[in-house]
Amino acid sequence: MDDPPISRGFKSRQGQTPSKRLPPGQYATADFPVLSAGPTPHLRLDDWSLSLEHGGSLLGTWSWAQFEALPQTTIAADIHCVTKWSKLGTTWQGVTFDDLLRAAGLQQPAAPYVMAHCEGGYTTNLAVADLIGGKGAVVTRYAGSPIEPVHGGPARLFVPHLYFWKSAKWLRRLSFMQANEPGFWESSGYHIRGDPWREERYDGD
Amino acid sequence: MTDGTAGPARRLEWQLAEVRDIVVETPRVKSLLTHVTGWRGHLPGQHVDIRLTAEDGYQAQRSYSIASPPEDELIELTVVQVDNGEVSAYLHGELRRGDRFELRGPIGGYFVWTTSSGGPLQLICAGSGVAPLMAMLRHRDRRAARGPALLLYSSRSLEEVIYREELETMARRDRDLRVVYTLTSKQPEGWTGYRRRIDQAMLAESCFPPEANPRSFVCGPTPFVESASRLLVELGHDPLSIKTERFGPTGG
Repeated sequence: MDDPPISRGFKSRQGQTPSKRLPPGQYATADFPVLSAGPTPHLRLDDWSLSLEHGGSLLGTWSWAQFEALPQTTIAADIHCVTKWSKLGTTWQGVTFDDLLRAAGLQQPAAPYVMAHCEGGYTTNLAVADLIGGKGAVVTRYAGSPIEPVHGGPARLFVPHLYFWKSAKWLRRLSFMQANEPGFWESSGYHIRGDPWREERYDGD
Repeated sequence: MTDGTAGPARRLEWQLAEVRDIVVETPRVKSLLTHVTGWRGHLPGQHVDIRLTAEDGYQAQRSYSIASPPEDELIELTVVQVDNGEVSAYLHGELRRGDRFELRGPIGGYFVWTTSSGGPLQLICAGSGVAPLMAMLRHRDRRAARGPALLLYSSRSLEEVIYREELETMARRDRDLRVVYTLTSKQPEGWTGYRRRIDQAMLAESCFPPEANPRSFVCGPTPFVESASRLLVELGHDPLSIKTERFGPTGG
């Protein structure tokens, strides 16, 4: 379209230095807003497990205690929600996808895509390339404390270089897929990959 | 999981929205009635992104729910003035009839309801969380075949209830619609309705029973949505029948 209309009297209140760490269209917040499609599930750690599968066969499964015993990595990252807020300088702890593959005894990923399945039926799809090499993890701690249920505890996926809906809350199952299939929001008009630096918010962006 | 298949097949382009009217709803809430050239329709419950451009080229984007039904020609966006919010301060203080800004949408295919979705319609909101639910109620009101519906609306006071007159008019002429307020901090003299935050007893009294399989939509600030949706689950409602939309403390 032509030049956007100028809104007279509208100006930035973000201060003098719009951060280079903010992707296009995002604004920084000090809060930690919550977005979920349904009620927050409250899971008992005794009932929790995480499994890794491919085509219906189980590649690995971990109880809470077993998962806690896997190698732990602390990750500092900025997070970017598709609803425009970004939160800079957050710190998380958990198990990288690489370490999870190792724990399952896999030399290499079983297929090029993964569907994350969560308590409550939420799903999101990811390319394995967006998870390996330290890019993705399953995290259990935020700022040094257990992740609250409202923010996805006890365990959520963490893929901070993509919009935060990809960092699925209440993760229970990671399932390899040969082809990239859309998950929950991806079937509902959101972008299949969701790179905030390319502003891949919606289908077709 | 995706019963509202509103997923756009092509890129959502930025379009021009022109302000045709501004309605003062409450001291902190205004509705913008905008005309969007080439608007291709929406479903009740969907939202849009708007983008403002300053003289120095600075841009900001925000999301707003659409409060108008698909049947109406103008797109209504209801905006709360947020403390220190750069976009809402502009929309409240500077924007005039005839001004234009960029908008794209509709967005979101999950938190949506149409008359063909069926079920009793069960809407539970606090504050400006009523906006996307209003699109559903207005849509339902424009259709002849109306099923039973409930709006349970938590507000600090009666003066802060958005769309109050319209809601009451709607409820007066429609026996299948119940509008229930709870006024949490200030009540008019002689108020006989609820005067507390939503709790389990209130939901048990007001809501459809789980056996009626209502479609529940809960919208408001995060603590409200957390509490109301959890109470519905405890009352026996299927978690998958409860759709939520949360407004964070920010939004500016």
